[in-house]
Amino acid sequence: MSFLGYRRPDGSVGVRNHIAVISTVTCANEVASRIANQVEGAVSLTHSMGCGHYIFAPLRPLAGLGKNPNVAAILVVGLGCEVVSAKILAEEIAQSEKTVESIVIQEVGGTVKAIKQGVRIAKNMMREVSRLKRESFDLSSLTLGLECGGSDTTSGMAANPAVGKVADMVVKAGGTAILAETVELIGAEHVLARRAVNEKVAEKIVEVIRRMEERMVKSLNLPVDMIAPGNIEGGLSTLEEKSLGDSYKAGSSPIQGMLEYAEIPTRKGLFIMDEPGYDPESVTGIVAAGAQIVVFTTGRGTPLGSPVAPVIKITGNPRTYNTMKGNIDINASTIIEGKETIEGVSKRIYKKVLRVASGEKTKAEVLGHRELAIYWAWPIP
Amino acid sequence: MMNPKDNVATLLSDAEVGAVIVVTSADGSVVKEVEAARSIPFGHKVALARIGRNELVLKYGEVIGEATEPIEEGEHVHVHNVKSLRVRVETKT
Repeated sequence: MSFLGYRRPDGSVGVRNHIAVISTVTCANEVASRIANQVEGAVSLTHSMGCGHYIFAPLRPLAGLGKNPNVAAILVVGLGCEVVSAKILAEEIAQSEKTVESIVIQEVGGTVKAIKQGVRIAKNMMREVSRLKRESFDLSSLTLGLECGGSDTTSGMAANPAVGKVADMVVKAGGTAILAETVELIGAEHVLARRAVNEKVAEKIVEVIRRMEERMVKSLNLPVDMIAPGNIEGGLSTLEEKSLGDSYKAGSSPIQGMLEYAEIPTRKGLFIMDEPGYDPESVTGIVAAGAQIVVFTTGRGTPLGSPVAPVIKITGNPRTYNTMKGNIDINASTIIEGKETIEGVSKRIYKKVLRVASGEKTKAEVLGHRELAIYWAWPIP
Repeated sequence: MMNPKDNVATLLSDAEVGAVIVVTSADGSVVKEVEAARSIPFGHKVALARIGRNELVLKYGEVIGEATEPIEEGEHVHVHNVKSLRVRVETKT
């Protein structure tokens, strides 16, 4: 099995060919957006961080988004007084050997001059990267992100098991898969730890999941040992059952490592990433770790996308598929209705992943969904 | 039925008392048939065999809890007869 992608200087392979215009701080968001709006094929990566008490928190995720193989060239837009300066971010992204340029609003003389200069840079980048042609690559070049949001009782029965088989197929073919959302794994850590490649990874899995639990109990005062009334109504009896259903989308491959938020894996295979249960932050973290495609299961339906990676939506709920058809790429409710097996749906998802990798647009892409949010509670390195 | 080791299966539609539930595996093959001991709603679980008190309830091939009372084949398996084994106090002071 193979797909058609764009070869990057460091050997990685993009499934898209974006110019990323990244703001280092909220104060540079508007300038970055306006530059990207003016240049066809450019995406702006804007956020609510970069200064004050979030010291360096955005560096790893923003650098990771710039390094993602779907990005062909990068323009960093800074203000000039923020903690993560344009220079620091540009140098970090330049490790990927891609073209990186930066402008600083205070240095070039304000909004109008920064936009003018930025558009000129981004325009030239686009003309350059638009000459790249797609070539054939095998699945060892692919990193698949595994995410779920708006879960319901069908998630653990249909969509997640089908996605789990897809994750297995990608890993078996030499690729990488990253499972997100630590919150959803509380109660399944012993099972995941047993699947770790070694004792060290097993310990880290338990440690990170417990750390998230502590964080939730202490800072948010959430009773995580309870499952929601809606879950119980839907038929879920225990926390273990809920978390096992969530983790099912990771398939059955050995777990190679437990990643910190936005940490790029250094090997192939299946990984778990420490992330919150908040979908835009989770998707941003997986994409910053290098996922070129995200497979997203949803019970209730969500429109969420990413500025950098295509997001494929899958639902196991027949009602959601009918009402949210415009946002859902794959209907897995055929499993619930007894019309198709988990195996059958997984094959459809797998084919979809290969087509999207070769250029087919997802519904989130067509509708322009480019949500981005950064999680900041991870330990500062 | 999510895994061959499981002693419960999840219903893909509502089952009335006495209804015959056809249990299939992930690949679609029929594993067995059980008679619903009471009406069980969509998304809820049915016992595939007798589960004794304090015996483990298995779904996804993993433990999801233990039976708080004997559960007969065809019975509804839920919060009234299953409890979580997860103990959180060990990480607390």
